[in-house]
This record gives sequence, C-alpha cells and structure tokens, in this order.
Amino acid sequence: MGYPADIEYALHLADNALILGHRNSEWTGHGPILEQDIALSNIALDLIGQARFLYQYAARLVAGQPIPASIGGTIPTGEVTEDTLAYGRDAWDFRNCLLVEQDNGDWGKTILRQFLFSAWQYYFYGKLRLNQDPDLAAIAEKSLKEVTYHLRWSSEWVIRLGDGTEESHGRMEQALDQLWKFTGELFMPAAYEEPLITGGVAVDPGSIRPSWMEKVAEVLGEARLSLPAENTWMQTGGKKGRHTEHLGYLLAEMQFLQRTYPGCEW
Amino acid sequence: MREQQWPLWEVFIRSKQGLDHKHAGSLHAADAAMAIENARDVYTRRMEGVSIWVVESKYIHASNPDEASSLYDPANDKVYRHPTFYDLPDELKHM
Repeated sequence: MGYPADIEYALHLADNALILGHRNSEWTGHGPILEQDIALSNIALDLIGQARFLYQYAARLVAGQPIPASIGGTIPTGEVTEDTLAYGRDAWDFRNCLLVEQDNGDWGKTILRQFLFSAWQYYFYGKLRLNQDPDLAAIAEKSLKEVTYHLRWSSEWVIRLGDGTEESHGRMEQALDQLWKFTGELFMPAAYEEPLITGGVAVDPGSIRPSWMEKVAEVLGEARLSLPAENTWMQTGGKKGRHTEHLGYLLAEMQFLQRTYPGCEW
Repeated sequence: MREQQWPLWEVFIRSKQGLDHKHAGSLHAADAAMAIENARDVYTRRMEGVSIWVVESKYIHASNPDEASSLYDPANDKVYRHPTFYDLPDELKHM
C-alpha cells in the first residue's frame, strides 16, 4: 500500500493546504477588486506556507524509509524533499479532501469554499496544537493565527454576499448547493487516521464536527442562507486518493515545471 | 469593472507601540469593517504595523493649495519663532 500511517497523515494535512493555496493563487491578478486580490493572495501564501512546514515534516518522516512502489513510480529517485512530495506525486497519491480541489467558480464559490474549510482548519488546528508530537503541535500553533484571520475574513464575505443583493444571494445559494456535499468527508477518519487517533497522535475529525456545525450554522444564518438538510448525500474519497476530475488539471498546471525540468531552481 | 465604486478610505498605520499613526495610503471598501481588513491585507503584510485607523476620505478636509502662499509663506521670515535665541551654558550638551 502507501506510506505508514503517520506519513499518510502528514501528507493529508499538507495536501489540503497546498491544493487550496494553489486554487486561491489562481485568483492572483484576477480578483474582483485590487484589495481583495491581495487579500486572497495573502491567504494563498499562508496556506502554501503551512503546506511547506507539513511537507518538510513528512519528508523527515520519509527519510530512511523505502519508498513504496505505489508512490515510487512518480517520485523521482533520490532524496525525498518537500518539493518531491508536492511536485512528484500524481493525483491518486494526494490525500487532500475533495472540498479544497473544487474549481474556483465565481467569487462567491471561492469565498464559501474558503469559509467551510477555514472553519474546519480553525477547530482542527485548535486541537492539533495540543498534540503530543512537538512538530505537529508547533505547526498548528503558528497556523492557527493565520486561520483565525482566514475564518474571520471569509465569514464576513459569506455574510456580505449571502445577505447582499438578490444576485449575490442567489450565487451563494448555488455555491452552497455545489460545495456542501464535499464537507462530510472532513469529519470521517481515513484508514490511516484510525490507529493514530487511538494512539492519541491524530485529531479525531469527528470530534470537531459539533463546533464546526455551530459556526457554519451561525454564519449561514446571518447570511440568510439555509443550512442544508442533515441527511444530504456526501461525496467522499479524497482522503484515500480518489479525487474529482478537477485535481488532475490542477496538478498538470502546478507540477508542469518540475515534471519537465526535474529539480529545476531559479 | 464595477458600476458603482466603493467609497475611498484613508489608512493610518502605527508602526509600533508609542509612535503615532501615520498616513499609509488609501483604498476602496464598502464599509469601515472591510476598510480595516483591506488595510490589514494591503498595508501590513510586511510587518509595517500594530494598529490601524481608517477614515472615509470624504471626511478629510484639506487646505486649498491655491492659498498656500498666504497660508504658509508668512512663516518664512519669522525665525524668532524657533527657540534658537537662548544663551546656553557650555556644560549643557544635549539641547
């Protein structure tokens, strides 16, 4: 199979941050207004920074381990680094949740995706910073400050757009309809998380669901958006490497340079 | 791009505790809360500040540049307004 559970877990967290960071970076130069272009680019940089810490952590765990065949095919031989992990793996090796890879759509969809994920990251990092692994705890501590702002910024935008004009309200309803089905996965532990949760080195994602639901219900309520029904069907698979069609295109663009000129620096 | 422009805001940043807020620039925002967030994202991303003030530009009243000569030139020849005409003892080094 893949890597040992702790490495898969680190990659899952790193991939979440990298893929959403890359998605947000696609807005750079295309934001609806200069100030928001900068705001979203700042968030992209925060997320890519978090991804770097997590990939470096994963690379330290990988050091000394044989590279599993399922991943070895796409990782260039030699030393495993943050770059080979980010640029050398194919879609089925990525462990990010489906929510973060969804296409940007309009500004409303991008904002809602950020809000749903930042709310998750906020409660997640809040628990991870108490983790017994000092590296993960330190990364969580630093990231939590950034995410606190992301959550505040995206919450205010969800409210502005949801409780805005007829047009913006309609677009937010549409975005909610498109994205909600990808939120279930955030709270379901993958196979590699289960032994870590039992061992106390991973956050049980199910345990943050009540806080997340409360926050989301509060903001959606203020935005005059209706909370989707409790029994909505949920799409899953991203955490195991089964992704939506969007991820392949994203990786093709993000990894092009390193694939074409391996190890290239400038 | 937009039919209606958001109002313009002036941004004042305090670079560290104890210093004054200084004018940093201006930006567009729909309201004060958004103006502060925008200012945070536009003007403090390189650790420039610890505190932000914003004020909508329309509330700033400025002197008229056409009146500059009558407003400011008369101060030109009033050197006695500077405290430079006191005899100081030699022992006083740091005045």
